[in-house]
Amino acid sequence: MSKIKNTNVSNLHTPPFHIAKRDDIVWWKAWSIRAISIILALIICGVITVALTKLNPVSVYLTMIDGAVGTSRLVWNLFQNTAILLCVSIAVTPAFKMRFWNIGAEGQILIGGLATATCMIFIGDKLPTPMLIFIMLLSSILAGAVWGLVPAYLKTRFNSNETLFTLMMNYIAIQIVAYFTLEWSVPKGSGTPRTLEFGQLPMLFGQKYLINILIVAVLTIIMYIYLKYSKQGYEISVVGESENTARYIGINVKKVILRTMAISGAICGVAGFLLVAGTDHSLKSDTSAGRGFTAIMVSWLAKFNPVFMVLTSLLIVFLEKGASKISEVYRLNSSFSDIITGIIIFFIIGSEFFINYKIKFNKKEKEANV
Amino acid sequence: MKKIISILLVAVMLVASICMLSSCGKETTVSNDFKIGFIFLHDENSTYDKNFLDAAEAATAELGLSAEQVIYKTNVPEGNECYEAAADLADQGCDVVFANSFGHEPYILKAAKEFPEVQFCHATGTTAHTEKLPNFHNAFASIYEGRYLAGIAAGLKLNEMIEAGKITADQAKMGYVGAYTYAEVISGYTSFYLGAKSVCPTVTMEVQFTGSWYDEALEKEAATKLLSNNCVLISQHADSMGAPTACENAGVPNVSYNGSTEAACPNTFIVSSRIDWAPYFKYIINAATKNEEIALDWCEGFEAGSVKLTDVNEKVAAKGTKEAIEDAKAKLVSGEIKVFDTANFTVEGKKLDSYLADVDTDAAYEKDTEAIADGYFHESEYRSAPYFDLQIDGITLLNSMF
Repeated sequence: MSKIKNTNVSNLHTPPFHIAKRDDIVWWKAWSIRAISIILALIICGVITVALTKLNPVSVYLTMIDGAVGTSRLVWNLFQNTAILLCVSIAVTPAFKMRFWNIGAEGQILIGGLATATCMIFIGDKLPTPMLIFIMLLSSILAGAVWGLVPAYLKTRFNSNETLFTLMMNYIAIQIVAYFTLEWSVPKGSGTPRTLEFGQLPMLFGQKYLINILIVAVLTIIMYIYLKYSKQGYEISVVGESENTARYIGINVKKVILRTMAISGAICGVAGFLLVAGTDHSLKSDTSAGRGFTAIMVSWLAKFNPVFMVLTSLLIVFLEKGASKISEVYRLNSSFSDIITGIIIFFIIGSEFFINYKIKFNKKEKEANV
Repeated sequence: MKKIISILLVAVMLVASICMLSSCGKETTVSNDFKIGFIFLHDENSTYDKNFLDAAEAATAELGLSAEQVIYKTNVPEGNECYEAAADLADQGCDVVFANSFGHEPYILKAAKEFPEVQFCHATGTTAHTEKLPNFHNAFASIYEGRYLAGIAAGLKLNEMIEAGKITADQAKMGYVGAYTYAEVISGYTSFYLGAKSVCPTVTMEVQFTGSWYDEALEKEAATKLLSNNCVLISQHADSMGAPTACENAGVPNVSYNGSTEAACPNTFIVSSRIDWAPYFKYIINAATKNEEIALDWCEGFEAGSVKLTDVNEKVAAKGTKEAIEDAKAKLVSGEIKVFDTANFTVEGKKLDSYLADVDTDAAYEKDTEAIADGYFHESEYRSAPYFDLQIDGITLLNSMF
């Protein structure tokens, strides 16, 4: 196909270059493309920084690093936020791998969080803490799974559009949580969520976020093994590549879709559990803080590989934390740090293009036609 | 020759001004290693946060604090991030940490327990007087008095419309855009209404709630709804430009909050009440540097300069508004009039002589404190944050947002 196209084009008018898919790329080449793109991003950010604020870009970058890892508290904070984002990212990944566009992680997190909060409020003072936490975890897993199953079922039953469906489910979840936030707010009607005293996750070795980080680490390893080595993981990739092929080789596609979305929703539910019981100890409609959407980027950037997602989620959280430090130290509006992080992320995403494709310059007729 | 003289003069003036500046610097009592950290919910794009930001700038400049001694954390949400921000400020060596949003309270409280050597001050909160920690403090201002005065400006405008024959006395209906059906908002719109009623006895009011402290689209929508209900004047207690803009577009007078909206709404802005936080900031900085105790629950009004009214927009306001406001202000300060005088309002047609208010915050919303005595409702006396939550006659709530 591409050959025909090329010949046609070269007959009429030869463009200066064309783009070709790379078959494979050696690892050091891929990583040097990534490194170059980051360096380019930093240079362009530097130029913009000087142009807009007259600040020394090097000190701005050092401030970013300081804001993300400057103290041990900040390091823990960085890991904690990375863990939560990673948790949501590994939740959406099996669905994405199956080419099921689960844009509904935000809602699945919130519903999971709501289940946790409900347990903490209504049975919090009636059960011993370990029992309570177990029930909280279980109910948030169930709630998240159900929230994920609804669009999956309708997809398998009526072939409804899962992208729109999961997206709309977010707004339903947000409204339900907003309703209960107001209902439970203290003082009454203030819109301020009550602090949930019972069932908070315990500290491990004096560190309040360690348990969150460990839970997500275990989940990440399990997900890696599940996707790469299990039969179900293989079924997910086959369905993702081609539903017809999957059907042909005897995979029950509907079952795979339902099962995978239940897993996806359940892990989002766990993220909601970790946010409500392990971090915020309260629930409101922006508890998930857009992580359900950021996770999509994390998952894609890592090409659905849970191990790479550790890096991509760390990168996103690092930039976010560093950016807020820039606003703090230089008293700049947050828009400036948003511009900087936006440019860096844009370049990193852009570098993946140059890893997957190469640009060929059409200097010689021969080469272009090969 | 002239040139030389003028150069000399300029030089002398420069030296003199430098001397003055440096002597100015010496007067400050705040030591150089003092640090204060501010936590704000949004940034200067929100009228609510800008009001705090301006006050913090003014107070720290007046006390001669350098830029290194003041740290701002903006866009801090009401979640665990707030605790992390407070803890980070403590790590950075802040002696005082201040947070400005109601929902920050539990997280500031958590930080206060962890850092007993740092003073934590929280605006609009309600739990300091029950928690009784030596380093956790609430603060507010008797803004209901400011709103009462703003209400007088509104009432006079209505009188002007009635006199000009634009509306009849029965059509004097105001609209109010509120955030939540919560004591702080209820206290605010009721005092505004009572101020208007004190000069325009036939006034009525409709209140539409948005269920959000900051949502420009919702606030605009609420204002538009009130306008279509034939409200002839609008005021609001929410933090965006939504309602003032809707008024400007419709050409309907607006009494604003948090600060002047005259620049954006020159043809409809009458006056705005606001809390000036600079006196409180100066107070906590001075107290912390002298190792003096900071009040557990701080509430001041006109005299301390905490409650302020902007200049009246003569172009829109009725004649004599400025004078009427000054007059009522003097009477409020002297105690001659009380905003929530039970002689001036009824609840379900009856005058009240007793009301239990929910002053101590608890999850059961238990009413715990008798608030009516000596013929008036004692607002902001048993704790700084408002607790007046009565639904008085003359005000219709179009919806509620608990």
